[in-house]
Amino acid sequence: MKFGPMKSHRRNRLLIIVFIVCAATGATSFALFALNENINLFYSPEQIVKGEAPVGKTIRAGGMVLDRSVIRSEEGLGVSFVVSDLKSAQVKVEFEGILPDMFREGQGVIALGQLTDKGVFVAEEVLAKHDENYMPPEVADALKDVNPSSENTLNKANYN
Amino acid sequence: MIPELGHFSLILALGLSVALAVLPALGVYRRDALLMQTGPSIATGLFVLLAFSFGCLMYSFIQDDFSVAYVANNSNSALPLQYKISAVWGAHEGSFLLWTLIASGWTLAVAAFSRGLTFDMKARVLSVLGLLCAGFASFLLFTSNPFDRNLPFHPADGGDLNPLLQDFGLIVHPPMLYMGYVGFAVPFALAIATLTTGRLDAAWARWSRPWTNAAWAFLTVGITLGSWWAYYELGWGGWWFWDAVENASFMPWLMGIALIHSLAASEKRGVFKSWTVLLAISTFSLSLLGAFLVRSGVLTSVHAFAVDPTRGIFILMFLVLVIGGSLTLYAWKASGIKSEAQFEWNSREAMLLINNLLLVVATASVLLGTLYPLLYEVITDGKKISVGPPYFNRVFVPIVCLLFIAMAVSPFSRWRRTSGDVLLRQHWPFLLATPVIICLVTYVVATGIDVIAIGVETLAVWILVLLARHWWQAGSISSASQLGMMLAHAGIAVAILGVIVTITYSEGRDVRMNPGESIALAGYDITFEGVQKVRGPNYLADQAEFNVTRDGEFVAKLRPEKRVYSVGQNVMTEADMDPGLMRDVYVALGEKVGDTAWAVRVHVKPFVRWIWLGGLLVALGGFVTLLDKRYRRVRGLVSNNVVGTAA
Repeated sequence: MKFGPMKSHRRNRLLIIVFIVCAATGATSFALFALNENINLFYSPEQIVKGEAPVGKTIRAGGMVLDRSVIRSEEGLGVSFVVSDLKSAQVKVEFEGILPDMFREGQGVIALGQLTDKGVFVAEEVLAKHDENYMPPEVADALKDVNPSSENTLNKANYN
Repeated sequence: MIPELGHFSLILALGLSVALAVLPALGVYRRDALLMQTGPSIATGLFVLLAFSFGCLMYSFIQDDFSVAYVANNSNSALPLQYKISAVWGAHEGSFLLWTLIASGWTLAVAAFSRGLTFDMKARVLSVLGLLCAGFASFLLFTSNPFDRNLPFHPADGGDLNPLLQDFGLIVHPPMLYMGYVGFAVPFALAIATLTTGRLDAAWARWSRPWTNAAWAFLTVGITLGSWWAYYELGWGGWWFWDAVENASFMPWLMGIALIHSLAASEKRGVFKSWTVLLAISTFSLSLLGAFLVRSGVLTSVHAFAVDPTRGIFILMFLVLVIGGSLTLYAWKASGIKSEAQFEWNSREAMLLINNLLLVVATASVLLGTLYPLLYEVITDGKKISVGPPYFNRVFVPIVCLLFIAMAVSPFSRWRRTSGDVLLRQHWPFLLATPVIICLVTYVVATGIDVIAIGVETLAVWILVLLARHWWQAGSISSASQLGMMLAHAGIAVAILGVIVTITYSEGRDVRMNPGESIALAGYDITFEGVQKVRGPNYLADQAEFNVTRDGEFVAKLRPEKRVYSVGQNVMTEADMDPGLMRDVYVALGEKVGDTAWAVRVHVKPFVRWIWLGGLLVALGGFVTLLDKRYRRVRGLVSNNVVGTAA
């Protein structure tokens, strides 16, 4: 294996530039493609009830866990609960696994998963932040849109 | 009284940092040697004042002075002493005080250990660092003063430190991380100072190298500790989440690697000089960007501090000033910089160029994924998205594989040009092995074992073998730099081996268990013995007991806990594990799901410790390079004097 010496300095520089441009273009398009495949849009309970959220695609949904809505299955780790925007919209979430420590009724949560055609949200992951006063911004917004009067209490929770 | 003293010395520190920014620079401008030499004494004063201020805050924590708002929000009289101390940097205000203190510490270090710098250069560097310290100190005073009082009505007891942070990992993790973040200010200041003189020579690269290595090594320790902490405290066995804040520390780290390598080429061969300057600017800018992301609340993250828009705007302005200012200076001055040497595409220079390109692309891909939710929200007018780990894995992993291949070859290539013979001589076993591996992989694909894993493992082992052989050849390690390089490269190989083995061969399950039941996992039998109540200093816990056996022989007793902290009623999972070099058995207690049944997560994670051992080895390598004699050799006349007095 013997490489001939590169004679021209210019040719060398050109090669480097071509290499950089190709690499950058390749990497960018690859990254954008991957990005497009892997972003998860957030939908509020209201949007889901109205049918704005896609079925069978991984999305995020969030809201307040409704009081007395958490039901555990007799066997295994199945659990279901209802997230709502504290007004009319309610979405049932089903999950199989261990809920986060700060998951509680009356607490804001975000779930990552897919909506079935029956309108049930099957979660792969449930997130609740490790702070009893914390409200995920998405959830805060979702609640604010429907119910302006709840804004004050939410802000208070957020900045506490 | 004490908090007021702390506050007062913080104000004085702001004054001194402004003086540090102005006086030496003025000295350079007026060619006044006296003014130019004020730098070191001002830097000392600055450090002492900030250390005093920090000490006052710590004193307030230890004395439970809940009239100080920051103490009241982040401590409690029942908190154990070591956590009262670490609570000083447990939230935004105090941690930024630590950040500023560390910035002044690096400034002092530059003032003290820069015999090789000319007076002129030293004055310029200290001025730049003074400017940065002034920015940090004013941010602290105007938006996040840790000494604000709760008077006249202060709470009788504090709101407690977030239980997540009541942990050894969190005592050490932030200081190490900040040492790294802020440490990059030194190569940044050196680059800016050199740009203002318009002369980029080998000396500049040599000055920058030890500082860059040191900062980067600290950052490595910080990230490693963070990952380890996440593993046992937060992550239910996960060790990296591509969380926005993790990315914020990861980007300057990646850029730091590029900078370290590019500096080597600039020093040794005089190439890539303007590129290196750009890297020094970008690395520090990414550190600041990290601070912005963490502290402004623009991104949702497990780490994010409390949201306060004014803080975000302040940091953003600072960011724009620093990045904008330095890039303007760069655009103005860098065109005059010429690379002296030429090289061929099979030379070490070219290898380093490839390394740099790949690292920059890797950083850019992480940056894109991190900021995309923000961009998307702006473009679509409020639609919220998250970018999941699949994106990062998909984009980042191939780049790292390429980098890894370059890493196997490049340390043994030569400057200017490497003849094919040399490469062949170094790598023939690998070239021979490759067809075998390909056959093996093809066979394995048919039987369904992970291809990438096997490829990466082979490469990692290959890198280790090459490094070991290099080590063996007596006399081939000529300097501490080289030893450090080999340790760091070996560390990366060890860490990547850990990553790939853990990802590919870990087994884990979430199960519902009643006392007496047992579960078989990866050859281990894990039996749930029962749960009892335990009382800790500031919490109540349900402590479970698990008996781990393998082929009927006892392996370990694990006692994971579910804690409820008395003050905030926060629930915390304390996992327990049987650690080992070859595997961890990991058990975490979920919630109670029936009368006696509990949700339980069990993992068997092979090689998971290698990730952090590798990380520490990498950091060790970084620190070892500091021992290199060349960095302490002083040039020119000064060096003769030093040699004269020593002899």
